[in-house]
Amino acid sequence: MNENLVSLSYLVAGVCFIFSLKWLSHPSTARRGVMVGEIGMVLAVATTLLKAEIIQFQWILTAGILGIALGVPLGLFVPMTAVPQRTALSHAFGALAAGLVGTAEYYLDQPHISHFQMSALGVEVMLGFLTVTGSLIAAGKLQGIVRDKPFIYPGQNVVNIGALGVGVALIVALVLDPGRTILFPILIVVATLVGVMLVIRIGGADMPTVISLLNSYAGLSAAAMGFVLNNELLIIAGALDGSSGLILSLIMSRAMNRSFRNVVFGGFGGTTVAGPEGAIETRPVRSVDVEETAMLLDAAAKVIIVPGYGMAAAQAQHKIRELSDALARRGVDVLFAIHPVAGRMPGHMNVLLAEADVPYDRLRDLDQINEEFAQADVALVVGANDVVNPAARNDPNSPISGMPILAVDQARSVIVVKRSMRSGFAGIENELFYLDKTQMLFGDAKQVIGGVVDELQRLPARAAVEA
Amino acid sequence: MHSDVVLELYVFVLASFLGFQVITRVPGLLHTPLMSLTNAISAISLVGSLILAGAGERTMATVLGSFAVFASTTNAVSGFLITDRMLKMFRRRPAPKPTEKAP
Repeated sequence: MNENLVSLSYLVAGVCFIFSLKWLSHPSTARRGVMVGEIGMVLAVATTLLKAEIIQFQWILTAGILGIALGVPLGLFVPMTAVPQRTALSHAFGALAAGLVGTAEYYLDQPHISHFQMSALGVEVMLGFLTVTGSLIAAGKLQGIVRDKPFIYPGQNVVNIGALGVGVALIVALVLDPGRTILFPILIVVATLVGVMLVIRIGGADMPTVISLLNSYAGLSAAAMGFVLNNELLIIAGALDGSSGLILSLIMSRAMNRSFRNVVFGGFGGTTVAGPEGAIETRPVRSVDVEETAMLLDAAAKVIIVPGYGMAAAQAQHKIRELSDALARRGVDVLFAIHPVAGRMPGHMNVLLAEADVPYDRLRDLDQINEEFAQADVALVVGANDVVNPAARNDPNSPISGMPILAVDQARSVIVVKRSMRSGFAGIENELFYLDKTQMLFGDAKQVIGGVVDELQRLPARAAVEA
Repeated sequence: MHSDVVLELYVFVLASFLGFQVITRVPGLLHTPLMSLTNAISAISLVGSLILAGAGERTMATVLGSFAVFASTTNAVSGFLITDRMLKMFRRRPAPKPTEKAP
């Protein structure tokens, strides 16, 4: 196939990818975005297969069929609750592809590699393999195979930065003389270790940031591969993926009031742990049962539901949709307040609620909803903790001080659905639970919300709104 | 040769800017599909791995290339499928009651 034709076809594919992301700016055009992305992919792959360099197809076919065999179930049958770990796994796969291609290119071309090519190769392989192990650990933590608790030891930062420094030094040494083949496998080993070390220190609540960061690394690794192979399409797609991951990491770190540097150099988790995690607080709280909750909600004109990871863990999203439908039928205005870091990945709550068939125009972002809490009669917090902790605003000494939170405490009354009085991920006391306007509804979110729905059905119709 | 590198840097920088512009307009609502879609798109590293697996150079390159083709194909297929599956679920519904009016 003519070289120019190949390049033009790649250009069209690149434009397809840009439109694909552009159309993701609204739910009504988003599926068109997926379609055009697929067209771009098929076009690029078909063009590549027609290239003269490809003389044997048996391995491509075998690997491709196996990839489809694994990809179809991963795409069609993975439950929505497992989307975070699937995403982490796909970061690992993407980075693995980049790392493997980089490795092969190195051994094919060495020692005749220009400084620039070798730098790109070094970045590709380092970021690639680092992302592979990092993402696998993240997926393991999300799936519950690896312990979710941050693994922390003294001097961890020094060790991590030291290991990163060794990796960079190896790249520099290889750039100066690509013929030092002994250094290349060492670089791979160091990168895989750095990946493990970066992620073992992360706890569950920091997952959204970490997943975004790994996303960005995987993208940059693909872009570096584009520089190695002189392929503009790869550079474009890698740049898109990299900037997407970067933007998401920035949004996540802002939503947790962490500086970006703090995020990149792993100020995650651990460092913010205050009191003993899981300590039982003895101060009195007001508790409420499902029957009373149903009456309180029924009497409200406006209810804002605040879901958190607890909702996902209890798989309560369907019961919550039933609750919001039942309330809407009784004339209550129900909105959902979604904090950017609620859940385990960016947008996690939105997807779960959409799966449960909650219309998306009921879902509100942090900045859209905060003024509305003052008009809400009830704020119903389901499995969220740190993102509604007023200490972020009131207590300058709190580890989460300055973190933008949902202003739940401004609602006329607050009902918190929670399993027990154990503190949240950050191990921080939540003043919200002790406010006069707050009542605790203890129990498994799915069960108690189901109970509230049943109670609501038993209540007489509301005459006032029927008129 | 040298101008090639500069040209590629141009492409990278401009694509990053474009990416920033386009992606900042994706609402938080769709951040999970955004991540799975960009993931699928970056499986375009297939353009590199296909050639490695099919060029019949050294066995090492064929083997590594084939594994890379496997990994990228998995990502492309599962990424597009799951993104579409998620997006299908996002729907607006007419407000069930007249009492439910946007403020």
